[in-house]
Amino acid sequence: MTDQLTPPAQAPAEGPEIDAELLRELVAHLRQAGTALREEWTRRITEAQLLSVMTPDEIFSEVTAVYDNYVDALESGSVEALEAYAKNLSERIIPRGVETHEVLGVVLLLRDVLARSLFEKYQDDRALLNRVLDAYEPAANRIAVTVSVSFVEERERVIRQQQVAIRELSTPVLKVRDQLLILPIIGALDTARARQLTEQLLHGIRENRAKFVVIDITGVPAIDMQVANHLVQAVRASGLMGARVIITGLSAEIAQTLVNIGLDLSMMQSVGDLQGGIEEAERQLRYAVTRTGDEPRNGES
Amino acid sequence: MTSRGHAAMNEIRVPIASDADAVTARQHGREAALRIGLSRSEATFVATAISEIARNVTTHAGSGEIVIHEVRDGERVGIVVIAHDEGPGIADVGAVLASDYASTAGLGLGLWGARQLMDDLEITSEPGKGTTVTMRKWSGMGVLGIDLDNHGS
Amino acid sequence: MTVSILKQREYLIASIQSNLTDTEVVALRDALIAEVIRHRARGVIVDVALLDVIDSFVSRSLTTVARTNRMRGARTVVVGIQPAVAAAMSQFGLQLDGIETALDLEAGLELLDA
Repeated sequence: MTDQLTPPAQAPAEGPEIDAELLRELVAHLRQAGTALREEWTRRITEAQLLSVMTPDEIFSEVTAVYDNYVDALESGSVEALEAYAKNLSERIIPRGVETHEVLGVVLLLRDVLARSLFEKYQDDRALLNRVLDAYEPAANRIAVTVSVSFVEERERVIRQQQVAIRELSTPVLKVRDQLLILPIIGALDTARARQLTEQLLHGIRENRAKFVVIDITGVPAIDMQVANHLVQAVRASGLMGARVIITGLSAEIAQTLVNIGLDLSMMQSVGDLQGGIEEAERQLRYAVTRTGDEPRNGES
Repeated sequence: MTSRGHAAMNEIRVPIASDADAVTARQHGREAALRIGLSRSEATFVATAISEIARNVTTHAGSGEIVIHEVRDGERVGIVVIAHDEGPGIADVGAVLASDYASTAGLGLGLWGARQLMDDLEITSEPGKGTTVTMRKWSGMGVLGIDLDNHGS
Repeated sequence: MTVSILKQREYLIASIQSNLTDTEVVALRDALIAEVIRHRARGVIVDVALLDVIDSFVSRSLTTVARTNRMRGARTVVVGIQPAVAAAMSQFGLQLDGIETALDLEAGLELLDA
């Protein structure tokens, strides 16, 4: 066994094992210098006026958690824990109004703070510094992308929900009187809106115990086959919940589309306009009441 | 490093040997769909499709397995259901898939229904080699909507 | 008990308490047919409010009950189909032939009385 003194600056050969060893070394360094680097990072965040909606205490606690997760990710090679943390963090800060450019900015600042720290430590040996950066760079990039993508995906999810809420507000199901709902539709109908409409209609039938629904499509210029199918399904589903549908404002073009998809128009009751539809529904409701009233109860056999 | 993408996540395996197993499978399907953010309607579509496919397994093969997992494709999330059995297989898959509702019964009807309810459905089957049905339901392509059952209306 | 069948006036009311296996659906079907005969019921209400799924088998079984009831001069009313289930059934194209539908038990009784 020969004693070999290997000075720190002299690495025996290049290869993945050396990179792993280097990575371990730089992870150890980042942990050791953690407190100072976190403080530097926080300072630069404040200087850049990022995360202004958060208090200094909040920034400090998030900075600590992100830093630890970051270094763990560098060490383990797995972004799963960091991903989970980033998603959780995004869920908390998005409602506070934190924006995408802030998150990207903060992540890139950390990357820079850590890189500069590595520069400082290995500046005396260019070759070693290069190898250190080779080890650090792809890992740091992957982490930056992971955190940013998590944030963006969470934002997109929130936007989707908001779009849904907006759609809901724009297709109201209105209770006109007891057991009678109207659904006036205005504007172009696409598949998404038709599905939204069906869902609201069916819930409206249940909430209002409606027996009749008048769907007015005077304001709908045209519909394609897919949307026509959805309309038919909405009528069928309403029937399964005990509500009859009267369609009003059915233009000649739309009637033709419905016939073209093989719909038997006699299955849907159609009346000229909304007012006429309401009157027809009321007539049928009155008739049902009258019938119940007139018919003598059957005696027990 | 692990990468995101089309990874199979949160896999659930349900052995299918009885009609009670079919109920279990469809409940798992429903829960998985709700967990990943599909609406109540979409989750019901998934559960109903599973019910049909599970019945095909018990009726025609006696037993088999249903695997349910989440899937992500960019911004879309969805549920994948794979039903496999070592039963007699289907001689003419094309014919079964092409048959229309009015004239089908048994296998065909269940598959037809599942295809109406899910966003896509594929069958791999050969006589004597069993059958595998793979079907997917994506969020956002299904019924959009706030979960009105949980809304305070 | 997964299903209870009660007599109310000249009607039978079957309340399904939870999701059913195919075997339980068959048992329900047969029980309903037998009870309609036994009580000479004029109508049957099947309350499916607690069913998360109504598929082709349930649909077929209900239409069988309705067909048999019709031959005995009895009406069949299914009540309580949930919005998501109604949407699934209509997407599937499941019709309930020979069956009347109403929102809930109260509406179902009104329908039978009318």
